[in-house]
Amino acid sequence: MDWYPLLNSLRIAAISTAAVFFLGIFAAHYIAKLPRLVKGVLDVVLTLPLVLPPTVVGWLLLVLLGPKHPIGAWVLDTFGVRLTMNWWSAIFATIVVAFPLMYRTARGAFESFDQNLADAGRTLGRSETWIFWRVQMPVCKQGILAGTVLAFARALGEYGATSMVAGYTPGRTATISTTVYQLWRTNDDIGALKWVLVNIAISAVFLLAVNLLESRKGGRR
Amino acid sequence: MSLTVRIKKQLGDFCLEADFTAEQETLALLGASGCGKSVTLKCIAGILQPDEGLIQLDGQTLYDSAAGVCLPPQKRGVGYLFQNYALFPNMTVRQNIAAAVTDKSRRRAVAEEKLRQFQLEPLADLKPAQLSGGQQQRTALARILASEPRAILLDEPFSALDSYLKYQMELELTEMLERFSGPILFVTHDQGEVFRACRRVCVMDQGRTQGVLTLRELFHAPGTQAAARLSGCKNLADAVPQGTKAVLPQWGLTLECDRPVPADIRCAGIRADLISPHPQEGANAVPCTVQRVIQDVFTTIVLLRPEGAAVDAPPLRMEVDRDARQTVENGSRLTVFIQSRDILLLK
Repeated sequence: MDWYPLLNSLRIAAISTAAVFFLGIFAAHYIAKLPRLVKGVLDVVLTLPLVLPPTVVGWLLLVLLGPKHPIGAWVLDTFGVRLTMNWWSAIFATIVVAFPLMYRTARGAFESFDQNLADAGRTLGRSETWIFWRVQMPVCKQGILAGTVLAFARALGEYGATSMVAGYTPGRTATISTTVYQLWRTNDDIGALKWVLVNIAISAVFLLAVNLLESRKGGRR
Repeated sequence: MSLTVRIKKQLGDFCLEADFTAEQETLALLGASGCGKSVTLKCIAGILQPDEGLIQLDGQTLYDSAAGVCLPPQKRGVGYLFQNYALFPNMTVRQNIAAAVTDKSRRRAVAEEKLRQFQLEPLADLKPAQLSGGQQQRTALARILASEPRAILLDEPFSALDSYLKYQMELELTEMLERFSGPILFVTHDQGEVFRACRRVCVMDQGRTQGVLTLRELFHAPGTQAAARLSGCKNLADAVPQGTKAVLPQWGLTLECDRPVPADIRCAGIRADLISPHPQEGANAVPCTVQRVIQDVFTTIVLLRPEGAAVDAPPLRMEVDRDARQTVENGSRLTVFIQSRDILLLK
């Protein structure tokens, strides 16, 4: 059995989760401080990928990044790199679909954070950076971890946008989800079943991890 | 060492106007809940920014709208005791206290010293959630003092404690505060706390401070209705000045005062515990009907209806010692006496 799709799926999910972790926390932290109207608009825009069909996200990404479209064409001309149809092209797709999960869970955690704690830190002479990393992040740890796990699971399972942006090339851009589709299309039910079982196993482990985090959060309060 | 505050801040349709100076003392900021006490403290600490005005501590300008000065909270040297103590839940008692020391070389030594001073050594490795309310407050105070503030702000420090613990903590707090050299602002709505912990008090009503009074003044000449109410005066009625007399139309009374009643007096106050059922020479005698008798823990409260009171007038409230109480029955007639010096003349 060729394990390339597993390796590819895991590295795409890992890299996009790392990116989404910082992007989501950054967005949640700064958007929480904005005026209500701006916050409402940004909230809708940033959460949209969660409810849009992945094919719509894929189409929008192709319009931006495809070799015949502005950004994609510019990068191709300047660096000689095509942004689509590489194994890492899928990262664009998974970042967009996983971002809302991280952003929303982190924002929920930050919103329930007691502002008095931050103010106490300030009156004690502590910097904003110190307060954020030493008080706010540890206090919101459970929520942020849960968001990270959800984002990873979502990135791992991405199919629609990935198949449009990265396509399916065995040994190059194949992921678990695109491989399952391909094997089913070619009537290889045994091959498809193997990958289905692998996928179910990984997802189950991740959901278990989320539940453990959530129950620890409940027990502590 | 003194703290001068002269600020204005508009919050929706609520206007805050605070103007007072605290010397090296514990100054009470007394007001009903929602009157702007906490906002005032937050402006002093730099957590909120006033619209205009001046805040000076120890000769240093913390905020001055005219000069465009507004120091961040980190640079103000003002300690703030939050109502919920705001201890960092992810840190132990020791770490909480150490967090207040920004100078890394002294962090350990200062933290250990405060742990010892506040008898927190046995609790040093516990998290705030494992502490009782009193222990949390002690930790919060130790943490504030570890940051070496030049002034301390206490925001309703006892509101989260039950009454027995509250008494204990009051003792501890007043002891600790006596050793602190710098202005302390003590926000509360409880006149008893003011009486036990402070010598001077600034009354705040609907966002406005009403000048600084001594305790004596607060209880004997509060000056305004709001101050009289906050000092625990239960009987307040509209009054019309008439020479040395005050006419109280609501209760159909004309009371003789021991001093001329200024023309701008609009209200009179009589403390419930200064109304006596025993005849006294030169006192105003007020014939009443007993409306209701209520047994309180240490006193008996008698609600009276002066003869000639208007139909919708509130009752006159008298409080007498439980032991000294006579047998007063609902509906019986009782003449009570009010000394001419005990009538509070209020604007």
